[in-house]
Amino acid sequence: MMNLFDFAKKPHRLLPGHRSCAGCPAPIVARAILASTDDEIVVSNATGCLEVVTTIYPESSWNIPFIHNTFENAAATISGVETAYRSLKKKGAIGQNRKIRFVAFGGDGGTYDIGLQSLSAALERGHAFTYVCYDNEGYMNTGGQRSSATPIGANTTTDPVGKVRVGKQESRKDLMKIVAAHHIPYAAQASLSNWPDLLRKAQKALSTEGPSFLLILSPCVAVWKIKPDMAIEISKLAVDTGFWPLYEIEEGKFRLNFDPANNKLPIAEFLKHQGRYKHLLEPKNKKLLDRLQQEIDQELEKIKKLSELGVPVF
Amino acid sequence: MQKKPLTGAGASAEAMRQVNPDVVAAYPITPQTPIMEAFAQFVNDGKVSTELIRVESEHSAMSAVIGASSAGARAMTATSSVGLALMFEVVNAASGMRLPIVMPVVNRALSSPINIHCDHSDTMACRDAGWIQLYSENAQEAYDNMFLAQRLSEHPEILLPTMVMQDGFITSHSVEPVEVLDDETAKKFIGEYNPEHSLILSKKPVTFGALQLFDYYFETKRQQELAMDNVWRFYYSIAEELSQLTGRQYPMVEPYYTEDAKVILVALNSAASTIKAVVNKLRKQGKKAGLLKIRLFRPFPYSEVNQHLKGARHIGVFDRSYSFGANSPVLSEIKNALFEAESPPKVQGYIFGLGGRDLLESDIENVFEELFEGKSTQDKKYIGLRG
Repeated sequence: MMNLFDFAKKPHRLLPGHRSCAGCPAPIVARAILASTDDEIVVSNATGCLEVVTTIYPESSWNIPFIHNTFENAAATISGVETAYRSLKKKGAIGQNRKIRFVAFGGDGGTYDIGLQSLSAALERGHAFTYVCYDNEGYMNTGGQRSSATPIGANTTTDPVGKVRVGKQESRKDLMKIVAAHHIPYAAQASLSNWPDLLRKAQKALSTEGPSFLLILSPCVAVWKIKPDMAIEISKLAVDTGFWPLYEIEEGKFRLNFDPANNKLPIAEFLKHQGRYKHLLEPKNKKLLDRLQQEIDQELEKIKKLSELGVPVF
Repeated sequence: MQKKPLTGAGASAEAMRQVNPDVVAAYPITPQTPIMEAFAQFVNDGKVSTELIRVESEHSAMSAVIGASSAGARAMTATSSVGLALMFEVVNAASGMRLPIVMPVVNRALSSPINIHCDHSDTMACRDAGWIQLYSENAQEAYDNMFLAQRLSEHPEILLPTMVMQDGFITSHSVEPVEVLDDETAKKFIGEYNPEHSLILSKKPVTFGALQLFDYYFETKRQQELAMDNVWRFYYSIAEELSQLTGRQYPMVEPYYTEDAKVILVALNSAASTIKAVVNKLRKQGKKAGLLKIRLFRPFPYSEVNQHLKGARHIGVFDRSYSFGANSPVLSEIKNALFEAESPPKVQGYIFGLGGRDLLESDIENVFEELFEGKSTQDKKYIGLRG
């Protein structure tokens, strides 16, 4: 198992000098994933912040082969690359000993929404690749619009806080279970606030023979309206409030990796640092806040119970 | 070389078998489906070494093929109609990334109303997408053009994707005798594909699909056009090489009795065959009728078209698609080609065959008759339209 010291010594596969906002965790997510194997990696990236800030021509931050195709097709694109690899290997165009891993990065817009069909089909076909969704809970590259990953009550530009409707009224889509329902070998939810857990999951995903999936919370400094030094701390609060349970689904079996148990914080602790939730802590919006709290509690309970089962549920 | 009874779709699949691409993505759509069914059988019978990706949409078909091609593989897919419309976004990405993807397209009308039969509104809607476009009169050309396409696309000074068209059902589902190259000859003609830039084969890491803003995007687009210009430079040497093997000719535009013709019709794909039959009949009657068949529509061979048409009195241009509110696509190009001629012939546009409506020899005879009589107008005319 790689520890943080080992990790720090790994060569940069995503080079410094890219144009992400100060404090943006998306490149940290990418670096962590890319450092979790010594095998060669080819990356496909959906249109979005990570792609835009790393590939402004004539420069590229990617020190490994990289393709951005369009918004909704990171999974279909990497499935083509992976298939080409197998085909070229079969005909001897590349050495039999060469081992390449394939990673697709997408934000939640490119994964939960517009790219879901492409992802679903690539998982169903069983390509050997790891899909990494860095989830910042909305369309941040275009300035903070609602996605199906946006939580209840959040203020977004396409579902703003108004006089008769107070931000998003619908629950987040449960992407982990949708992905797991494809019977893939490995899916995990992780947070940048827990490095041993994150690196273990990344290593596991990248050594899986077949499709694997990682869902990582990526607090957006600009649109969540948080301080630039707070992304990791907020990731920790997401875990400690039960908003972002750390769990994995391996061969259909659930495992909760961290239970906040009696130390579980109220959701307000996660919300209070974020401008997008400012309104939610006002007394007049208590109903909405209670609904969010209730959904989070229920979801954590569900994952706990499924973990206790110890048998495959997918 | 041997003759085989093949449909147009079967002929495309046969060419694909001989090209033996590294990766093919397959998604069904009428009337393209028999191409992929035939090819899937080749894959599952071990007649090709291709890895076949059975995708869930045309958008993913083109996306996967772009992934495969950028990885350094020879990659193909095929489609029709709304399938091409769905993949339009990535059709442009393929040409922008300069990937030499070859794609048979079986022409079919676009929705709505939904219609499964032939017209050219699908590929005409993609005429500015940066792909080379080759149109095929019959199953033989659907086969031959695939080889031209492969060589044009992969030429290191071109590197553009190519669509190879044939008419839905009329060509794709009709059995014709097709002369097929020996596998070895075909393989030799196609040669090895050694991409200069590849995700997997390049020694240094390559970034595909970077972001370009106002400082570089324009130059990249200009390079795509220079690549199109290079099609002029290399087309005839490649076509001549193929002619040496097949004994058939592959002009960008095929003149049929145009030299002394007073009236020349212009058409793409299967309509050219029907028009040829009528020209034969009229020539027997001593009438100076001719046809100019367009094989290469992108890039468009303006000067060749001009050379063949400028001596005639009347030109009738057959379009199997609309450009609503404007001159239809072929008409527009023909008018452009003749604009600078000294005393240009009169050009009459005809819309025909939308949604698979039949084009009869008698329709064509009527067109020739009215053009011989000098009945040319500035307005579009319609063939076989009620009301």
